[in-house]
Amino acid sequence: MKNLLKRKGVQSLIASLLCIVLGLLLGYVVLLFINPAGAGQAILAVIRNFLNVSKANLQLKNLGNTLVKTAPLLMCSLSVLFAYKVGLFNIGVAGQYVVGAAAGLYAALQWGWGWLPCLLLAIALGAVSGAIVGMLKAYQNVNEVISGIMLNWITLYTANMILSGVTEQASPYTLHLRGNADQAILPSLGLGNLFNKHQYVTIAVPLAIILAIVVLVVLDKTRFGYELRATGNNKNAAKYAGMAEKRNIILTLMIGGALAAMGGALLYLTDFEQWSVGLSSVPGMGFNGIAAAFLGGLNPIGAIFSSYFIQHITAGGAFVDKSMYASQISDLISSIIIYLCGFVLFIKYAINTGLLRSEERALLRKQKAAAGGNTEKGGAS
Amino acid sequence: MDAPYAIEMLGITKRFPGIIANDNITLQLRHGEIHALLGENGAGKSTLMSVLFGLYRPEEGVIKKDGVPVQINDPNDANALGIGMVHQHFKLVECFSVLDNIILGVEPTKGGFLQKDAARKKVMQLSENYGLAVDPDALIEDITVGMQQRTEILKMLYRDNEILIFDEPTAVLTPQEIDELMVIMKNLAREGKSILFISHKLAEIMAVADRCTVLRKGKYIGTVETKSSSMEELSAMMVGRNVNFHVEKKPARPGETVLDIQHMSVASRQHKKDAVHDVSLQVRRGEIVCIAGIDGNGQSEFVYGLSGLEPLKDGKIFLDGKDLSRSAIRQRSILGMSHIPEDRHKHGLVLDYSLEDNLVLQRYFEPEFTNKAGFLRRDNIRTYAERLIEDYDVRSGQGPVTAARSMSGGNQQKAIIAREIDKDPELLIAVQPTRGLDVGAIEFVHKKLVEQRDAGKAVLLISLELDEVMDVPDRILVMYEGEIVGELDPKKTTQEELGLYMAGAKRDEVRA
Ligand SMILES: Nc1ncnc2c1ncn2[C@@H]1O[C@H](COP(=O)(O)OP(=O)(O)OP(=O)(O)O)[C@@H](O)[C@H]1O
Ligand SMILES: [Mg+2]
Repeated sequence: MKNLLKRKGVQSLIASLLCIVLGLLLGYVVLLFINPAGAGQAILAVIRNFLNVSKANLQLKNLGNTLVKTAPLLMCSLSVLFAYKVGLFNIGVAGQYVVGAAAGLYAALQWGWGWLPCLLLAIALGAVSGAIVGMLKAYQNVNEVISGIMLNWITLYTANMILSGVTEQASPYTLHLRGNADQAILPSLGLGNLFNKHQYVTIAVPLAIILAIVVLVVLDKTRFGYELRATGNNKNAAKYAGMAEKRNIILTLMIGGALAAMGGALLYLTDFEQWSVGLSSVPGMGFNGIAAAFLGGLNPIGAIFSSYFIQHITAGGAFVDKSMYASQISDLISSIIIYLCGFVLFIKYAINTGLLRSEERALLRKQKAAAGGNTEKGGAS
Repeated sequence: MDAPYAIEMLGITKRFPGIIANDNITLQLRHGEIHALLGENGAGKSTLMSVLFGLYRPEEGVIKKDGVPVQINDPNDANALGIGMVHQHFKLVECFSVLDNIILGVEPTKGGFLQKDAARKKVMQLSENYGLAVDPDALIEDITVGMQQRTEILKMLYRDNEILIFDEPTAVLTPQEIDELMVIMKNLAREGKSILFISHKLAEIMAVADRCTVLRKGKYIGTVETKSSSMEELSAMMVGRNVNFHVEKKPARPGETVLDIQHMSVASRQHKKDAVHDVSLQVRRGEIVCIAGIDGNGQSEFVYGLSGLEPLKDGKIFLDGKDLSRSAIRQRSILGMSHIPEDRHKHGLVLDYSLEDNLVLQRYFEPEFTNKAGFLRRDNIRTYAERLIEDYDVRSGQGPVTAARSMSGGNQQKAIIAREIDKDPELLIAVQPTRGLDVGAIEFVHKKLVEQRDAGKAVLLISLELDEVMDVPDRILVMYEGEIVGELDPKKTTQEELGLYMAGAKRDEVRA
């Protein structure tokens, strides 16, 4: 049992589960404060998400909704964890996600491109966006967090400006793809039928999962991954070994940008949501990607589950009884839980010290027994 | 209180995955003695000291202080019992002053305010009593390694520690500083402090220690009085055979020039003056050339410039006639340069990588280890690592998959040496290659250097170790304040003459 606890993977898993439990508990406490009468019900509603509805058909539909949003979140968390392996904190993920959304929508609505070219354009521009941060870091040593945040804003307003050319009349929302650019909607390949003819469940979901596996393979099994992890662990040794540090930094952030932008396109090319050009802050998807990356133990496979979980509770929030709580409550609860997800590393640390403590106590008992015998002997002589 | 021993460690057993680092070890430290701990790399010395200092918890065994069993769970407990430790890698805060470092954690305060005056007085008193010269207001990052070590010692004394543990204190010191440390340790012992002292240098142990406990592969071999023992006996106890302290080698037969450095200058990070100024030298096939000098005379920067870690300010480097002055590190490596770096933790290893991943750090991109699609060939990496581990006797808990971080210092060094020599370079740059190695391993590494030479390779050795400088190379170049000030023949010169050059008291106009 103890040895099992010492395994890194197991520790990550336990830490993540503990975070979830703590987050739910804290959410519950907050609900209790606001309105004690409905707290239990409300937190259950969050956990149950699509199970809140009773009909099997509707359950599937709701599950489908959650999955549609899981795909882009997973892409964002992959972007974050990829950069993190190299020791870079890609907070620009939020803006890169916007790049993908905007590029996809614009190419679809303005130029009438098909879904594949739209997706590829999004990926390419995301890579460019990442490369900007990467080059600033590599050549000018500008901190990637600072330049990432700035670029997030620039990207947001540029996206709003460009997309205002393709909005519905007298509305801040971009045109629906369905009816205006059907060719750009991601194919479903029959997946939608699995979810009660869900028109928004598309190849985005399996594609994101495949990419998670690709990222895992690249990091663990390839020369490129070997170099990236070496750079992240010890920059000096990587340099000593002749690894092209600057190139790797730029490449990493390019790939991170491409992943996040692909996430943006994977959501908006389903036509599930419309972009609002009135947005005055970057969508939370990218930032939630940071939480999902950590909750998933910085492991691509873990990220699949953590991304799903985060979308699960976010969607579950919608089922909270709005007659008892203000309508923002669902966001509040899910953000509390997401916030707690960031504590994974801390909890891992706590597990380790806890282990040491218990070993210590066991040892103390043993030594007391031994020492007891010894002092007696000492006293006699 | 009349217990004969200040510290007794009885039947200590500490296991790590795949290895018993300490297997039922007994160590008894008398009051006021200097007790040396000797053993091969990975024998378990640092582990045993870490147990005493509360960093590790042993699975079995009892520790007694003055005859009374005690429980040491963390360094705070150790400190409360008067046990202090100077780690091999110092634990000082770089941007703090010497005084602040010494009082860190035990700051005298009054009403929440620091009371530094009393502390300063106590520190100066201690410094005077024991001949530990420090400047209390200097910042750690600005002072020499020797002064940093004196700061560490003062830290122990300031806390009124009576049991002082020194883990390989001399590995990082210059010969002069080592002599000073020996005197300081003797003073401390005379004042009644009890000292545990780890070193691989038998001469040091014979010079200062009263007794010596020997470990081998985690087991207790014995404890001897140094007066009635000899270096030969100690080394035989340690490695189980006789060690040859002298390097056996045939006369060199130098061939054509491999490395040609012309007027090389490297800028200094600290001063306006160049760290390396107008250095020209050649190394030919089949010879070992040693750059000797006191630490901090530009040797590190010279190697950085040569290996490509730092850009050259001026001058040219030719390897086999090819101009590499502006080449990337990878390019130099592919063209036949190997580099055993001075700082194994900073440059030499990715500590969080496994041993096998570290062993291919310079070659992972070769077709043998990466296929055309860019995937690592794990099987080949494993086979290769297993061969190096075998050939170079790199000891660790779990073989190729051991985390480099968990390996003993000496075995980390052996892994780097294996990697760099096995690359079969045209030019081998070896910076302090035997730092932290046991006598057996030193003998082995020296043999390997000579083997490289005899195979027609060029070897450039950079060393602070006088014995090594006199014994291994075919030519000695002395570096002083960033310049080559003399060329000596190790067969004709003496340590005294070498010392004069190193101290800058003598210089020739050498223009190679
Ligand atoms: N934290 C650790 N985890 C796993 N194994 C360890 C750890 N620390 C030490 N070891 C193993 O225990 C053995 C003894 O290591 P230790 O550092 O005590 O050797 P040492 O005698 O100090 O050697 P050296 O002279 O090379 O410093 C080594 O084989 C090492 O790999
Ligand atoms: Mg050691």
